[in-house]
Amino acid sequence: MWSLIQIELYKIFRRPRTYIAFGAIAALIVVIQLGLKIDGDAYAGFLMKDINDTLTVDGKVLNGYLICYILLQLLLVHVPLLVALIAADMISGEANLGTLRLLFSTPFSRTHWVLAKFIAASIYTILLLIWLAFLALFVSMWIFGTDDLFLMKSNYVVLIEQSDVLWRYVGAFVFASFSLLTVTSLGFLMSSLSSNSIGPIVGTMSAIVFFTILSTLNIPLFNLVKPYLFTTHMNNWKEFFDIKVNLDNEAIRGSILNIAKIKTSLMVLTLHIILFVTASVIIIKKKDILS
Amino acid sequence: MFGVFCYYYSMAVIKVENISKHFGALKAVDDLSFEVQAGQVFGFLGQNGSGKSTTIRMLLSLIHPSSGNIELFGKSIQKNRDAILEQVGAIIERPDLYPYLSATEHLQLFAKVRKKKIEASNIQNTLEKVGLANRAKDKVQTFSLGMKQRLGIAIALVHNPSLIILDEPTNGLDPQGIADIRALIQHLAKEEGKTVFVSSHLLSEIEQVAHQILIIHQGKKMVEGVTKELLDPERRIVQIKTTNDELALANIMTGSFGKYVLPRKEGIHLKLPTIEIASLNESLVKAGVAVLGIETKNSLEDYFLQITSNA
Repeated sequence: MWSLIQIELYKIFRRPRTYIAFGAIAALIVVIQLGLKIDGDAYAGFLMKDINDTLTVDGKVLNGYLICYILLQLLLVHVPLLVALIAADMISGEANLGTLRLLFSTPFSRTHWVLAKFIAASIYTILLLIWLAFLALFVSMWIFGTDDLFLMKSNYVVLIEQSDVLWRYVGAFVFASFSLLTVTSLGFLMSSLSSNSIGPIVGTMSAIVFFTILSTLNIPLFNLVKPYLFTTHMNNWKEFFDIKVNLDNEAIRGSILNIAKIKTSLMVLTLHIILFVTASVIIIKKKDILS
Repeated sequence: MFGVFCYYYSMAVIKVENISKHFGALKAVDDLSFEVQAGQVFGFLGQNGSGKSTTIRMLLSLIHPSSGNIELFGKSIQKNRDAILEQVGAIIERPDLYPYLSATEHLQLFAKVRKKKIEASNIQNTLEKVGLANRAKDKVQTFSLGMKQRLGIAIALVHNPSLIILDEPTNGLDPQGIADIRALIQHLAKEEGKTVFVSSHLLSEIEQVAHQILIIHQGKKMVEGVTKELLDPERRIVQIKTTNDELALANIMTGSFGKYVLPRKEGIHLKLPTIEIASLNESLVKAGVAVLGIETKNSLEDYFLQITSNA
């Protein structure tokens, strides 16, 4: 099994297409960081214009932690599309190329191959996320420095001490890995249904857009299914940055306001991953390889 | 050791029993049966779309048969797939490969999926065997169709399999390349004792290397036999036209001519020594069958061409 995973990783990282996502993320982050470095004070002023009369904030609001939060808000919506480029091509791309029949006529079962491909695509996804974390968090910390994290929610503000922030990002990135692995497994399922590369990539992207719209629409009929949609849970990494307060309205260090929500989301995402991968294995096992 | 040797050389490496494959209403393979003995070069002939590749894909468990049974090395492919495929090397239809990998990288990659360790020297030897040693480091995207075909064959050979399945291995090759592959097939069977199952839509490619030939048409077996006998100029393929084919066929099957009958959907075809054509006619007339004509084909090639041109 390990040799199959090595083969799949080798193939992924020998393809120029693989590096598009790494390049795109780097380009986006660098552009945003550059913009904020040059014109960050104006942006911070715009953010705080509604509360400037009632609240005085000391220190550096636009620090590396806030920049990372802004970047994650912007990018974690779009990274799934980059993940789909590889994941949705893992099986269908080989079917299209004609190499699937070579792999499936080796002395390893189709289940082994499908699982090896999924694990390899998952490793790619995690590496992409680590790359994102490195650029968005550590490079931002290096460029903008660190201070307390000041976040404006819809009707309240959150202030987290700088010494209480880093572990929350670790938690957020671990959570984001589950979100992106759900996308990987969805792309994989689409890939198992097709023999061309484009269809599953477009299909995965369309499914994400479709379910994201359903998740955000506040219509009673849709509200019934929302808790079961993976898109409803994918952005709950933000829960790591909602903190409990005591009776004096002071932040409780190391606390998370709604940890149950995070657990539920992780469970729903994990179930989706298992469902999508199992379905992929069953489909591929039954499929006649005609490509 | 002797016992094992005797068993190996007396066993059917491939045993196909009544396999059929339907894709919806289309019958791609229809009740096909045959056996390939160890150490043999078996020619599998048929025009494009006749069901050759579907059969080969079933042998490699890429396609699930609708019915029937396939045994390789005396074991069911459905139940012992992994162990069987360890001993099989195959190319299937086009030589589709990874354009961004080199010839050596392809062999290294496919050597990795074998349970036994394959030495680097074996990879180099295999590339030399197919005439690609001088392009070993080049990416496949720079290869011609013929070179890809050679690399496909190298992938099939790199793990030193006992059974080699080659689906249209000379596609895209120039005359020298075709001659090289023919020589390689003969070498593999004669010198290395491999069993080679080779398909083609050209009789001329197969007749020079195969011990046994099977012709398939529209998924059904048309002719099967020893190449030398089938191509024997002393034996002719004849088509008999009568007023009552049913009675004629019944008479032939019960008599000494039954062994010469070729399975065809329409008409009665036999392959028999030229000298016996008159006796056959006489036998039919005696049985009360009015013979309207006996049409003689010149060779197996004519017969093969007739089958393919009628389609």
